[in-house]
Order: sequence, then structure tokens, then C-alpha cells
Amino acid sequence: MSRRARQLATLGPVLALIAASTFFALQSPRFLTGENLSLILQQVMVVGVLAIGQTLVILTAGIDLSCGMVMALGGVVMALLATRGGLSPALAIGAGVGVTTVAGFLNGLLITRIKLPPFIVTLGTMNIAFALTQLVSHSQSVTDLPPLLTLLGDTVSVGRTPVAYGVMAMLVLYGLAWWLLRETAGGRHLYATGNAPEAARLSGIATARVLLAVYTLAGACYGVAALLGVARTGVGDPQAGQTENLDTVTAVVLGGTSLFGGRGVILGSLVGALIVGVFRNGLTLMGVSSVYQILVTGVLVILAVSLDQSARRAR
Amino acid sequence: MHALRLLPAALLLATACGTTSDSGPIIGLITKTETNPFFVKMKEGADATAKAKGATLLAGAGRNDGDNAGQVTALENQVAAGAKAVLISVSDAKAIVPAIRKAREAGVLVIALDSPTDPLDATDAFFGTDNYKAGELIGAYAKARLGGAPAKIVTIDLIPGNPTGAQRHNGFLQGFGLASFDRSHNDLAQPPEVVCMGDGVGDQAKAQTVMENCLQQHPEVNVVYTINEPSGAGAWNALKKAGREKDVLIVSVDGGCRGVQDVAEGKLAATAQQYPLHMAELGVEAAMTFITSGKKPSGYTDTGVALVAATAAAGVTSLSPAEGAQRCWGTK
Repeated sequence: MSRRARQLATLGPVLALIAASTFFALQSPRFLTGENLSLILQQVMVVGVLAIGQTLVILTAGIDLSCGMVMALGGVVMALLATRGGLSPALAIGAGVGVTTVAGFLNGLLITRIKLPPFIVTLGTMNIAFALTQLVSHSQSVTDLPPLLTLLGDTVSVGRTPVAYGVMAMLVLYGLAWWLLRETAGGRHLYATGNAPEAARLSGIATARVLLAVYTLAGACYGVAALLGVARTGVGDPQAGQTENLDTVTAVVLGGTSLFGGRGVILGSLVGALIVGVFRNGLTLMGVSSVYQILVTGVLVILAVSLDQSARRAR
Repeated sequence: MHALRLLPAALLLATACGTTSDSGPIIGLITKTETNPFFVKMKEGADATAKAKGATLLAGAGRNDGDNAGQVTALENQVAAGAKAVLISVSDAKAIVPAIRKAREAGVLVIALDSPTDPLDATDAFFGTDNYKAGELIGAYAKARLGGAPAKIVTIDLIPGNPTGAQRHNGFLQGFGLASFDRSHNDLAQPPEVVCMGDGVGDQAKAQTVMENCLQQHPEVNVVYTINEPSGAGAWNALKKAGREKDVLIVSVDGGCRGVQDVAEGKLAATAQQYPLHMAELGVEAAMTFITSGKKPSGYTDTGVALVAATAAAGVTSLSPAEGAQRCWGTK
């Protein structure tokens, strides 16, 4: 029972994704077309990249509620600088990613130096980022963006299937994060810090530095997500990011990463984001109300956390 | 000892209160958010009219659309601040009712602006757009533009159970001459001509996703109804990516400056324009009448709606985008 529960927590997300996809493929002949699958990837790329940052944070037993709002701030900053600021598009993108990275660094600083709980710190920075976004943009969407800002929303044909540059960027980032967590000392320190912070500290790991690095890296991820969001919608949107913070937690949890820290696989979060995207797409194809998508997501989240709990108890 | 220390402060407070009443009666305005350009315009209108009439306007809002608790707090605070009348655009038609009842029991006039409460008579009066009529206008226009071609319609709606969303949706189908529900219905009608329906929450990115998904299953679509102009822009994005932006009619509702510009640029075929400034002016005027003479407004007041289209269609009256731009809200 114990081993089976643990295996289910790891394999569960993949099985759920396959089951859902099979179901929708049987319901609609459109579902399995390359075009449709490409679309699902485009729809999940923003939450997918945000979820990389969120996974790193949750692996340390933390949580980042500010990710959506920080993303909105980064997106508006790059859009404003590139249009009204007269900055070259590349520099504007750099500045936007810079802003979100600094936001992540500040989260990390408050958590490690003043020893405030991540939930509270990021609740605060979520509000600060929202307010700053409204102030700098005067609550107006920024339009007429230069092509470089929307490039990641464009697609290139691979065979007959369109693939968005943004989706490739997301896959590359997942590859990088996977390598970082699996192959580097920093990755192992991260897992150790999340699993048992006191034991990790006593064994010589600079846990505060690990945490600071994690929140800063997460901030950088939100900057890339901001660029993806801007590219996808074609505007710098000050109302963006209002649901994304919890959407990322959903993706991470569905992906099998433990909210108690120390356990999980980064690629699981991509699978988690895809599960949500597949349901939204598939139910629309079937003509089913989006209320059911919300219902299914809720059930899956509870199921995923229950599996995690029983795996924990089994240890 | 403590009471003595507090005395000067209490006196100061009393003087401060006196100052407030010197600057005229207080009227409260509570919007859904502080940041939506529609409500920014509404606040400007209310502020200007209040100043002209010698009243002070207190403005409050929820944190985001749907934030009922924030609106309740704002209402309580405004009544506590001595407001004689409160104009409110409710985020949650039902949940706000108890708070409004309390305010009215305290003798405060409450007028719903833009969005009605449920039940309607929970407020003294409702001033707003006839959303069903707004839908009918764009429905009739889309029908006329389509000519005799069979309609394949996508609707991008708001959220389940929202009366405004249902009225626009069902009004659109009614105007199009399709089987629909009447204005009292809160469900969305789906005649066979509507091939795909989805909720975009009024958000551009989410509307784009809905449109992309609908296009997967129904590439033959030729008419798209959208709940508001950001949703229309999202639908246009999806159609453009599919190379279909030229031969699909997108119609919408709101009349924001950005949306009217999208009509001028041919992204949207038409939009039904509503008038938040006018709502606010009428609301403040009614509040002043109540404060000076005790006469309460009642029932529903239509604040007007007009069709804005770049290409006029036979048998349908419309404003040009230039005319629409003169009366639009948001940043020009």
C-alpha cells in the first residue's frame, strides 16, 4: 500500500493527463489534431512558466502569492518602456524581467532576513505589485507594441503543426530547471532545505542563501512569463495576473509536488498545467459549460493533495 | 484623566465634522473597481455634477469585480461619514442586498447605477443601460450585414448566472431573429445557429482562448458575439491567427474609446455604446432632489444605448465611429 501510494503520487498526474486526453479524443475528432494540441500548449505557456518559479518556491515548503501580480507589473513595465519610454524593445524586455527579478529578490530578502513567513511576505508584495502596476499604467492597457515584444506569440510550422516560439521557450526553461534541480549541488541543497531545513542547516548548507536564490530565480521566471503574456495578448494589461497566482499552485499540486516541501518533480508542474488546459479546451470542444471545467479542477486538486498526504503517511 | 486628554481631540473632530457639512451634503459613489475605465468615467461625471450642485462626493470601490466585501465596507463607511444618498454599481446583485437594506433603514437613499440588485426593489431606483436592448441592436445589425447567409455563431459570454451577461446574450439572439429567452431570464439561450459558447470573464486573454478553442471545432463560424470590447479584441486576435479576421463579423457591447477605435479599424463590426457619464449625472441629480426636497426616485431609468458601426446596414440606425468617439468613455 505504501509504495503504491507513493508511485501513484508520481505517476498520477501523467495518468490523469493521458486519461483526460483519451476521453476528449473519443469525444471530438478535432481534439488530437496537431493544431489543437499546439493551441493547448500556447494557452498554458504563461501559467506553465509562472509554475516553474512557483515549483521552486513550493519545493522549499514556501508559497508565492505574488507571482501573478509581479508578472502583470513586469509586463506593463516592458510595454510602457518600449512604447512611451522610447527604449529599444530588447532593453525594455530586459528592464521588465529586471523588475520581476528584483521583486523576487525582495521576497527572498524579507523571508530570510526578517524571517517572515512566505505566505505573508508574498501576500504583501502581491498587493504592492498590483498597486504599482495600476500606478505606472494609470490602469490603461498599453497597446501598439513593437514586434519584438509579441514575437514569442508567433508560430513556426514544424511539419504541419504550428509551434509558438513561446512554447519552445517554456520547454527550454523546463529543461533548464530540471537539469538545475537534478544535476547541480544547488538543486540538491534546495531539496534538502525543503525537506528538513534544520537538518540541512546543521549539515552545512547555507539555507538562507538557497532560499534567496530560489525567490530571485522565481522572480526571473515571472519576467519571462510576463513577456509571454504580453506576446500572447498583444497588450501590456494592468488587469493581468489576477487569477494566475492560484492557477500556478493548482498546476504544481496537480503535478504531484508536495506543498510540505522537499518532494516533487519539476516536469510534473508542466503536466499539471496541461491537465487544466486540456480540460478547458476539451470541454469547450464538446460544448460543455466552463463551470464543469472549474468543478473538475477542484476535484482534481483535492485528489492530488490526498494522494500526497497518503504518500507522506506511508513514509 | 484619559477623558480629559481626549477632550481636545473630540472637539477637533467635531469641528472637522462641521467643516464637512459646511461644504454641502455628502453623496456616496461605490463602483465595482477603481481601475476599470468605465467606472473612472462614471466617477468623473459624478464628481463634476456634485461640485456643480454644491455637494461633496465620497468615492469607494471593491478591490476587483466581484469583491462584495469591499463594497459593503465602502457602503458602511460612507453611511458612517454622513452620506444622505449612495449611488452603487453592485458587484454581486444578491450579496450586497443586506448591507443596502441597513443603509436604507438608516434613512439613506440608495440608487443602483449600471448594475441592478436582485431583487430590483432592494434599491430605491436603478439607472442603467438596457442591456437586452444593447444586445438586440448588435443582433439586428449582424443579421443585416450577414444578408441571407446561414448564421454560424460563436458567443463569448461573461460568467454563469450574471444578469447583464444573460440580457446581452439573449437580446443579441432576439435581435438576430433567433429563438431566445426574454429579458427576465438568467440562462443563456442556445439555438442551433449558435455553434459554440464559452465564458471569457470579460477578459481579453481568456476570450482569445475561448475563440481559439471554438475555431478548432467550428472553423465555419461567421458571426461572433462578445460580452464586451476587450473580449472582442481577444476574439479578433484568435481569428487573425487563423487568417479569418476579414470574413467574420465580431459584434460587442460597451462603447469604450478603445472599442470604438477597434470599430473604426474594422476589427469589430459594431458595438452598442452605453453612457456611464450620463448614469452618474442622473444619479447625482436624483440624490440632490432627495436631499433638498425629500422626493425619492423610483423604478428603472434607461440611460440610453446607441449602435456604433463603421459600415451602415440597411434598416439599422447607427452612429459612425467618429460620432461614437465623441461620446465614448476611457482614454481617447
